[in-house]
Amino acid sequence: MDQLLQHGLNALMLGGTYALLGIGLTLIFGIMKVVNFTHGELYAFGAYMMYALVMLLGVSFFVALPLAIALGVALGALLELVLLRRLRAADIDTTMLVMIGAWIALQNAEQLAWTGVAKSISTPFPAAPLVIGPVSVAWNRVFVLVIALILIFVAYLVINRTKLGRAMRATFQDRDTAALMGVRIGNIHTATFALGSGLAAAAGALLGPVFVAYPSMGDLAAAKAFAVVILGGLGSIPGATLGGFILALVEELGAGYVSSGYRDAMGFLLIIVILLFRPTGLFARKERVG
Amino acid sequence: MKAAATAAFVVVLASVPLWLDNAYFLHVLIVTGIFIIAAMSLNLLLGYAGQLSLGHVAFFGIGAYASALVSLGFKLTFPFEIEVQAKPVWLAMLMGMLAAGASGWFIGRIAFKVRGAYFVIVSISFVEVVRLVAVNWVELTQGPMALNNIPPLEVWGITFLRKPANYWLVLGVAIASYVLIRRLVCSRAGRAMVALAENEPLATSVGIDVTRYLVLAAVVSATMAGAAGALYAHYVRIVDPDVFLFIYTVTMVIMVITGGKGTLAGPVVGGLIFGLLPEGLRAAAIAPEAQWIVYGLLMVLVVYFLPRGIVPAFTKIRG
Repeated sequence: MDQLLQHGLNALMLGGTYALLGIGLTLIFGIMKVVNFTHGELYAFGAYMMYALVMLLGVSFFVALPLAIALGVALGALLELVLLRRLRAADIDTTMLVMIGAWIALQNAEQLAWTGVAKSISTPFPAAPLVIGPVSVAWNRVFVLVIALILIFVAYLVINRTKLGRAMRATFQDRDTAALMGVRIGNIHTATFALGSGLAAAAGALLGPVFVAYPSMGDLAAAKAFAVVILGGLGSIPGATLGGFILALVEELGAGYVSSGYRDAMGFLLIIVILLFRPTGLFARKERVG
Repeated sequence: MKAAATAAFVVVLASVPLWLDNAYFLHVLIVTGIFIIAAMSLNLLLGYAGQLSLGHVAFFGIGAYASALVSLGFKLTFPFEIEVQAKPVWLAMLMGMLAAGASGWFIGRIAFKVRGAYFVIVSISFVEVVRLVAVNWVELTQGPMALNNIPPLEVWGITFLRKPANYWLVLGVAIASYVLIRRLVCSRAGRAMVALAENEPLATSVGIDVTRYLVLAAVVSATMAGAAGALYAHYVRIVDPDVFLFIYTVTMVIMVITGGKGTLAGPVVGGLIFGLLPEGLRAAAIAPEAQWIVYGLLMVLVVYFLPRGIVPAFTKIRG
């Protein structure tokens, strides 16, 4: 029972960052109809920016975090302007190929810039864990969860309470009508991609110090983001939030009770099972066509 | 005229080991040939049936592992006890193709329930699960320790150990695959696949059984990729879970897209370019990471400027 509780707590800590990754990806897919293969690289970018700021430049951890997220937003905006702006009328396969090309280029650029050696990032949190009854949790994990929840809340506010958010939702529902109503679709796409990328970079900046930063770290993160999005239904933000926690729980239980070697396989198995039995995801009602 | 040119091209290819006195370059050509076979098989799904499968290397790897295991023999205690004695390599290679084809059928049945982005994500998930099984099921696959000392192919007293023999073997399989795909594409089933890729609702409305033809395409494609994998296993004689790396799928996809998807010559042209390009880049003393950056950027540029690939662009200029 204690073991189960501990697994649940670990899942809760990890789920927040999975949700961040998933929300970013689902926003980009829902609004732009782009399968964003560079998502994992933005995650890695966030972690490496933390490394550069904290370890190389000596910036305070709490200042470096918002800076790393801001840099992620900027890189996302740049990618959209350079790569996707001119492909707005292209079909999904075309943009997918461009994003795969960009993914390979970015990942290897990271490897070239930072070498293949994993980088660890020091944190200002005490090493002794927080003990609650029979379970314990590291302080930096608690910090990660709190910040992730705040960022999720901010993303909700942006989408549901701002003018930009309203334009984004309008574009999601019907791009052509939104354009006729005076929404500048190009700018909405840039803003969406920047916001989604910022969330991915935030997840990387949060988890980078918990684990280590290495060039291919984005691949697993991207795979998890896809799993979260499919769990929640493409384009659904509440779905992605809940999906993040579900994936973390399934992984924890899989690693704890099946085999830790298959921890990362859980997400993929979940994707296959969900698409087999409930292809619209757990929380979306919309028919899934293409 | 065209037939004569093709025949001349094949003769030139077949004569390479006779005048090329460079074992390393011959090795590069053999590996390129194996990848061209895999790219041709991918083209069947991606180009003709119009399904962007990003899990194609799974079939290549399953073919390699199954063929290697049958030729080495293996013992299992979990989930059931079974002992397989070492079998002749030709039989092992057939088993490898069979295993790949069967997994193509299985994953086709599952994955073709969804389309577009969902299909792509399912295909990636499939290969990742297979890779993690290859890493973790140490009893069967030796995990990261790899399967070593895989015997080379031996038929009618000929051992395919030396490079020229392997070159001709790969060339032969490549030509057979090319002919097979051409026949398939020109057949009724092939026309049905093309019709599906062009307009699925329309194809369905004239009575084409969508799932059946897509699964057929997946099975043929997977079997062919499995053959390429089996050739690879008995040529390099070592197989580890890295054969499932996503980068190999990407290499195949780039070959097909650059050459021209849905054309017979596309994968061959793209395959030759991207099979030989790394050697050129290496000769120019470019780091492997930079080489992959070039790959990635090339992929973006091809999509922008040659969206249909080299072969269709070339045909257009000539026509």
